[in-house]
Amino acid sequence: MAHAANEHEGGTRREFLYVATAAAGAVVGGAAVWPLVNQMNPSADVQALSSIRVDVSTVEEGTQLTVSFLGKPVFIRRRTPDNITEAEAEPIDQLPDPIARNANLPPDSPATDANRSSLDPTGVWLVMTGVCTHLGCVPLADAGDYGGWFCPCHGSHYDTAGRIRKGPAPENLPIPVASFVSEGVLELG
Amino acid sequence: MSGIPHDHYEPKTTAEKWIESRIPVLGLAYTTLMIPTPKNLNWMWIWGIVLTFCLALQIVTGIVLVMHYTPDTTLAFRSVEHIMRDVNGGWALRYIHANGASLFFIAVYAHIFRGLYYGSYKAPREITWIIGMLIYLAMMATAFMGYVLPWGQMSFWGATVITGLFGALPVVGHDIQTWLLGGPAVGNPTLTRFFSLHYLLPFVIAGLVAVHIWAFHTTGNNNPTGVEVRRGSKAEAQKDTLPFWPYFVIKDLFALAFILIFFAAIVGFMPNFLGHPDNYLEANPMVTPAHIVPEWYFLPFYAILRAITFDIFFIDSKLGGVLAMFGSIIMLLLVPWLDTSRTRSGRYRPMFRFWFWGLVLDFFVLMWCGGMPAEQPYVIISQLATLYWFTFFLVVLPLLGVIETPKTPPATIQEDFDAHYEAPAPGAGAARPTPAE
Repeated sequence: MAHAANEHEGGTRREFLYVATAAAGAVVGGAAVWPLVNQMNPSADVQALSSIRVDVSTVEEGTQLTVSFLGKPVFIRRRTPDNITEAEAEPIDQLPDPIARNANLPPDSPATDANRSSLDPTGVWLVMTGVCTHLGCVPLADAGDYGGWFCPCHGSHYDTAGRIRKGPAPENLPIPVASFVSEGVLELG
Repeated sequence: MSGIPHDHYEPKTTAEKWIESRIPVLGLAYTTLMIPTPKNLNWMWIWGIVLTFCLALQIVTGIVLVMHYTPDTTLAFRSVEHIMRDVNGGWALRYIHANGASLFFIAVYAHIFRGLYYGSYKAPREITWIIGMLIYLAMMATAFMGYVLPWGQMSFWGATVITGLFGALPVVGHDIQTWLLGGPAVGNPTLTRFFSLHYLLPFVIAGLVAVHIWAFHTTGNNNPTGVEVRRGSKAEAQKDTLPFWPYFVIKDLFALAFILIFFAAIVGFMPNFLGHPDNYLEANPMVTPAHIVPEWYFLPFYAILRAITFDIFFIDSKLGGVLAMFGSIIMLLLVPWLDTSRTRSGRYRPMFRFWFWGLVLDFFVLMWCGGMPAEQPYVIISQLATLYWFTFFLVVLPLLGVIETPKTPPATIQEDFDAHYEAPAPGAGAARPTPAE
């Protein structure tokens, strides 16, 4: 019996060493690999959240200004009354994506026209990141079946409030954090 | 190394003996070059040499191009023009490298479809096949990243679309995409890492090629009949085989020379035929080209990506397209286990042949659709072609093994060989070439 107990004891001791060595190896291995993985994440200069101010006072009604922000285009659209009426008339429950996707509002806000154009009370200004939510192309303005934007890459149609209506894109064009700091000056970020 | 009985290397000179007793590289080289090879191999068995040549060509031209290229978004496009205009012979090196990628893919597609037709993926060659598929995946990654380096419009937007595929994955997609790009959009961090990996991956491929060759040198080559080489004795094996050197090497080099005539004509006279004019415009993150097309060798899978325009239950069309595209390639990886037929070569499978040629046609239809705009009738054609692709692998291949009555293959490779070439006079069999001794 004593012999068997010794053997058992020796076994557990050896097993413990195996497991402890393997565990230490896994931790050290992971610690060594992580910097090699993490170096590919955005560097400090890329991450530095910039904000820019854009003078939009010269934008004519029915046209848009495209500015570069964080490496992506941002559409700043001054909409016509027709554009707004058309977008307001659309029932929300018919939309492929019923969420506003507006970074300035709570995340579950419905995709009403007012929530899409929340930067000014009249709803004239529509500010969106001009990157198709399908695979990241830049949609063309004044094109597509809904009088808004059309992505030429894979055929997504957006309406006059930048909401996805037809095609493979799953979400409405996102609205970045933005606000008017004074009359005609928009701050992004 | 090979399971086929054959002669082994005997070092003769003092120098050979000195080396061989310290490291058996001469024996390894001898066994590799002298491997008994089925003597009925047809012209579809030349692509291995063509592919090896392409890999060497791409590595050599790539290394010298790097001496003149600058991986920085402000300089990359200019440095490529510098190669084209100022570097001695730079235009030739770049055009050979760019078109060399196309030759590489022509050869790999011919090689893959050859394997599919003759059942080269079946036991015991599954691992050879899987390694081959890993090489193909590494080739696609390398080619994609290489196309980004000139920093033209197609480079930039191709990179945006392809990395966007990873963004479609649920939950972690966005973080993975940012990690791959090194920022919120394709930019300088993306270019520099793609450059690093574009340089690395060809050497990974070279390693995989060595393992690929090792694997099929263990099992022996497949051949058009799918009948195994007889292994009872060396004399028996020699009736079915010839040594790789010089018989098949010379044949393959002849085929390579023939192919290189066309390659040289394309490089010399129409070097941009397979390229896209938009890539001679410098990358502009503010403007998407009207029509983004990947390189021709990605078009079939690009068509499958775009074919999913509808939601499948809880999977939205964006993720669905990505899954379909990766799934279409995974079909190829699984083919050794999807094919249930016990007859190896398609030559003796009448129904399989019909569906196989349908798959080849399907591949070209998808390629054509992938180059067309995302509108009707191309969308519906892509959808039908995508359906055929998956039906072939998931329904037809498993089913044929049950319902098909295959023809009887010849008993031996020698029989097949003699049916194609005049059978030797009785007693002359032993006079035919045997491995160099």
